[in-house]
Amino acid sequence: MKISMAGTGGWLLDMAEGAFDESVQARIWAMARALDATGWCMQAVPGVNNLLVTFDPLVTDGEWASQALREQWAGTVANEVPPSVIDVRVDYGGTFGEDLSEIASWAGLTEEDVIAIHAGGTYRVAAIGAMPGFVYLTGLDSRLAISRRSSPRLRVEKGAVIIGGGHAGVMPCSAPSGWHILGRTELDMFSPCRQDPLLFHLGDIVRFHDSRKDCSE
Amino acid sequence: MIEVLTSAQLNTIQDAGRTHALTLGVSIGGAMDGLALAAGNILVGNARNAAGIEVVFYPFRIRFEADTICAVTGADCSAMLDGRAIPPWWAVRVRAGQVLALSAPRSGCRAYVSVAGGLDVPDVLGARATDMKGGFGGLGGHGLQRGNRIAVCPAARAGCALPDDGIGVNPECALLPREGNVTVRFLPAAEYEEFLPRSRERFMTENWTLSSSANRMGYRLEGAELGMRRPLSLFSHGIVPGTIQVPPSGQPIVQMLDANTCGGYPKIGTVIEADLHLLAQLPIQGHVRFEEVRRDTAIAALRRQHAMLDRLEQEVAAFYA
Repeated sequence: MKISMAGTGGWLLDMAEGAFDESVQARIWAMARALDATGWCMQAVPGVNNLLVTFDPLVTDGEWASQALREQWAGTVANEVPPSVIDVRVDYGGTFGEDLSEIASWAGLTEEDVIAIHAGGTYRVAAIGAMPGFVYLTGLDSRLAISRRSSPRLRVEKGAVIIGGGHAGVMPCSAPSGWHILGRTELDMFSPCRQDPLLFHLGDIVRFHDSRKDCSE
Repeated sequence: MIEVLTSAQLNTIQDAGRTHALTLGVSIGGAMDGLALAAGNILVGNARNAAGIEVVFYPFRIRFEADTICAVTGADCSAMLDGRAIPPWWAVRVRAGQVLALSAPRSGCRAYVSVAGGLDVPDVLGARATDMKGGFGGLGGHGLQRGNRIAVCPAARAGCALPDDGIGVNPECALLPREGNVTVRFLPAAEYEEFLPRSRERFMTENWTLSSSANRMGYRLEGAELGMRRPLSLFSHGIVPGTIQVPPSGQPIVQMLDANTCGGYPKIGTVIEADLHLLAQLPIQGHVRFEEVRRDTAIAALRRQHAMLDRLEQEVAAFYA
């Protein structure tokens, strides 16, 4: 584990060693939950195989915090809370999935293959961040692991079902994004005034469904 | 109530921001120059984190519908109350019907209007600050536009002893930003060592120019091209305001208060919390230099700022007895 300063009151713990490791991620979730219960940690923010920890630098000594975090990581074991399973209905392609043909030609597949592969996968919420309610989903088939667009779009619509950099996701609001658009869902990913603003939580299992098939069944 | 007479979308209601919503993907937000808003709040007898207006687009005019006290801090924007000039970083008594007008700044770029009691908009996820990306907080998640009416909370303290010409911050006080180019201090971040030694050196000697795309999310800087020892592919990770990312173009981007809460670009450093307000007041095409410091320097700078605000609060207390 590599630990680096993230400003005056923050440490970034990087547990990544090569490819994404799901067992490491489960330990990160457990550590974040444990840190939330301590008095000194302000926010523990899981990333993809990493963890940002913030504290008040006028109250907590940074060196002490660094040492405490190293010790805590060494003693952290995965302790998963039972995940929810969320089914997401997607309108693939056409005007809702403007990058579908590009992804298909990049992958050497037909558009229907791409849809079948995306909808056939089982995904997990590894991290939440970037935008309110945005989830980084792991479990994307490696055949669809296209890198991000060289130049991000200035606006991708809320509900866009996207892939990029080996992850899958859904746009919770309309915002710039460098990921590729496969389709659209009408799920409301984030609502600040709901008791629980989030629809997806860390560790949840997500499955995408082709809306055309749901109708025909 | 306050009525907005002249404004543009980028003028927003801000407070000290959301300190506990990063795990929801929600930016910290709040006043870009938190020091100026805190000082303004102190001058009108508020708690430091009360909501005020962050003005970046001028002219800006509001009409007060009730007697109150208001302060203008931050950028020097020739504030006028019904044609009477108000000095920078100053608080005055306002009568119902009076109009406050701010013009294009002579120095700095963000002005803060604080009102006794603070602006009364709903608390969303722990703050009243406007989150434009998420579309919540402030006035329905939007910037201020002509015709908007903003409620004001009842003032906690009356300010009976306030002199007729008001009270303000001594222009010699270190809270006020300095003219001209700024130097901001930074702490090395995770990929600091991964940059080429001459790029690290160049990062600190270059006089960076703030590009025209600077906004509350991030400040793109133009200057030398910074290179890395080898290309890095990082997993997405949490970032804090002040994080200096260097995308493959080699031109740094300082992540500001409304930045995405996660990012994936290599980070050369983090601007120290105490110096973020200097960047907040840097105009487009303005210049900035970076100076590497140690954590204890960063903490000492932060303590000094808190102490200055504490002193201001003690001095102002007599007027709000």
